Amino acid sequence: MQIKPILAALRRHKAGTVLIALQIALTLAIVCNALFIIQQRLAHMSEPTGIDEANLLVISNQWAGHRSPQEVDAQIQADLAALRQLPSVRDASPSDGYPLTGGGWDNYVMLTPEQIEKTTDASVYMGDEHMLDTLGVKLIAGRNFNASEVMQMTSRQVVIPPVVIVTKALADHLFPDGSALGKPIYSMSSTPSTIIGIIERLQRQDVKTWSKPYAYESLLWPMREDTDGLYYIVRAKPGQLAAAMRAVPQALYAQNRMRIIDPKDGGTYAQIRERIYDSDRGMAILMCIISAVLLAITAAGIVGLTSFWVGQRRKQIGVRRALGARRGDILNYFLTENFLISVGGVMVGTVLAVGINLWMMARFEMARLSLAYVIDGVIILLLLGQLATLAPALRASRVSPVEATRST
Amino acid sequence: MFAYYFELGLRSLRRNPALTALMVMAIGFGVAASMITYSVFRAVSGNPIPEKSAQLFTPQIDSWGPQQNLKGEPADALNYIDAMALMRAHRARRQTLLYGVGMSVLPSGNDSLPVAANGYAVYGDFFPMFEVPFLYGGGWNTADDDRRAAVVVLSEEFNQKLFDGANSVGREITLDGHDYRIAGVTRHWDPQPRFFSLFNTSGFKDATDFYLPFTRALDVQANPGSNSCRGHMDFSGWDGWLRSSCVWATPWVELDSAVEVARYGKFLEDYATDQQRAGRFAWAPNVRLRNVMQWLDYQHVVPPESRISLLVSLGFFAICLVNTIGLLLAKFLRRAGEIGIRRALGASRREIYTQYLIEAATVGLAGGVLGLLLTTVGISGVGLLFQPQIARLAHLDFSLVALTLAVAILATVVAAFYPAWRAARVQPAWQLKSN
Repeated sequence: MQIKPILAALRRHKAGTVLIALQIALTLAIVCNALFIIQQRLAHMSEPTGIDEANLLVISNQWAGHRSPQEVDAQIQADLAALRQLPSVRDASPSDGYPLTGGGWDNYVMLTPEQIEKTTDASVYMGDEHMLDTLGVKLIAGRNFNASEVMQMTSRQVVIPPVVIVTKALADHLFPDGSALGKPIYSMSSTPSTIIGIIERLQRQDVKTWSKPYAYESLLWPMREDTDGLYYIVRAKPGQLAAAMRAVPQALYAQNRMRIIDPKDGGTYAQIRERIYDSDRGMAILMCIISAVLLAITAAGIVGLTSFWVGQRRKQIGVRRALGARRGDILNYFLTENFLISVGGVMVGTVLAVGINLWMMARFEMARLSLAYVIDGVIILLLLGQLATLAPALRASRVSPVEATRST
Repeated sequence: MFAYYFELGLRSLRRNPALTALMVMAIGFGVAASMITYSVFRAVSGNPIPEKSAQLFTPQIDSWGPQQNLKGEPADALNYIDAMALMRAHRARRQTLLYGVGMSVLPSGNDSLPVAANGYAVYGDFFPMFEVPFLYGGGWNTADDDRRAAVVVLSEEFNQKLFDGANSVGREITLDGHDYRIAGVTRHWDPQPRFFSLFNTSGFKDATDFYLPFTRALDVQANPGSNSCRGHMDFSGWDGWLRSSCVWATPWVELDSAVEVARYGKFLEDYATDQQRAGRFAWAPNVRLRNVMQWLDYQHVVPPESRISLLVSLGFFAICLVNTIGLLLAKFLRRAGEIGIRRALGASRREIYTQYLIEAATVGLAGGVLGLLLTTVGISGVGLLFQPQIARLAHLDFSLVALTLAVAILATVVAAFYPAWRAARVQPAWQLKSN
């Protein structure tokens, strides 16, 4: 296939050529970044929490009316005893939050009592000796809390427990040499807490952008929080989540009616994930729609302009056919022409795509666009161009040599 | 002439239905994507209190110091000591502190369950400062603040829920086991974004149910929904917590002139200097005084998703326009013969140019109508794309309808500049000869 005559012909159609190339370039720039955003959001949404999500139920329980801390603590213990006796329930624990709460309690963690600047930041979970079994997290070193270690925290009374369980991520951040077990840590206090256990993985309560540097860094305190309210984390027996969802609120109200169970907080993990990741999911959907429509419109634009060119050149095509060009030659001509324009377009588009990504990195804390997305985008657009050209090019190849003799 | 060209335009649209449909769809999709995302952006980036946003300021004082503050910026709220000092100094015409509280209410009825209610602890100045409209009664005055009165103001919606919308002023209500006398009921008032309460929350939240005196809330030890602390948290009990490093109170002051703003700024500096001298702060004064729009900007109230989706949609629209330029070029030049004849019969270049721009405008109008349909569908489905608190703010109003049509027509006419210019340059002689 001769490229020179094609280039010569394109020079006579500068405007159309530039428009198609520009459209391909802009489409590539946007589609690459949109695909990248989709991948980033989906990756964020699929981060594991490390807990037995399929069987967990979280109840947001707020106390109504006024009660003393002693009354609250007695009620919590009675509630827990009632929950653990339910036939559909495997275990239950009180807590101040749950993975993917979207807020919650986090503390700075230090290695010495005098330290002012933090070593890291950890999500703080409070629970009793049933917490590990309730969450279904795996203890990979050390031991669980025992019942005698569980303390009470009343409102505005900071109690630092002498023992703490940490996630592997937190242990590795604090003690990179792997010697965390048995070491003291200081969480915004001069009172040390000794690490007695390490769990494999436990997602933080908040997964917003600011907490990314501290991903999976969580700690567990053996404590019941006797303040305005708390969460009950309930682990249903396998396959009995629906039964537990009905039985748990009933059991709690049977214990005491003066409480508020917030339907917009907690719930099953399907509901919790839906809530916490709603803007990520929306963003992925929007980028999908935009990419799909954009590719369709770009393809349609190429079909339109190529058809116009074919219509304009019927006579020349007839002449070439009359002079011995085969149908395949004509088809090849238009496909090659589109390929040349597309290559020009994707070259400009690659620069634009990287430029947009750099700008978004500066403006929106976006990650760096990986080359794979640019390559994918280039392949998609080159194929799209060829497919879009195919129909008009086939029509061109069917132009009969007789056209050469016609006057228009 | 305009009507004639418009009719010609319509006729030409019918001649190449596929090409026309393509252009109309490109413009329709492009403008709809832009308008849907713009309707959300408009809702989240608007001025929540336009008539007073330049007079309302939130002071910030760095009580954490350079090693623990927010990368050089003071905390987003005040601790109890600094908050009380500002209130005592009373250097602004109106001033308030506020924090969000959650409380329980037991509606009347024998077997009713308690319900949760969200409110704010505020000073009496809050209501005139933020121009809160009242349905019944009113707020409370400074004397009520000082004597820590057990009064409460309900929102219209909450009054509806508890008293079926009746005038409840003077009646009693029990919040978290404490009794309050109802002083007033506001009309529906929910500025978006909720600029006055951004500490550790987004600007888009569930409606407010009640307002009670800040001083009273401290007496009943109503916990703030959120607080941020630094250093060692080894306080015990409510009073210890009040004296700690924890910040939670948001201050607002009303300053009516540039002179007052400058004077208040100076007062903040002097206050921080005094604290440094007294040994409470071991660092140079680090204070801020931002008005409503500066505060919204600093707090990044507009979610990045909203900005990114608007930008991507605008990029998408730009591509649709490039596409339209190409298609218009093809469409116009296909009629080079026709143009040649019209030119030979005496039509000026200007007339050709005008005719084709009007034809493009008809395409734009059709695209705009399609865009409007898609926008209507899109806005009703916007709950799929954004958080519910934000999605419910997006709505189609007259200005958005007008904007959709105007943008579609204008953009298509601009896109037609070059193709119409090419059409007007067609050489009559050359076209006639080849026929």
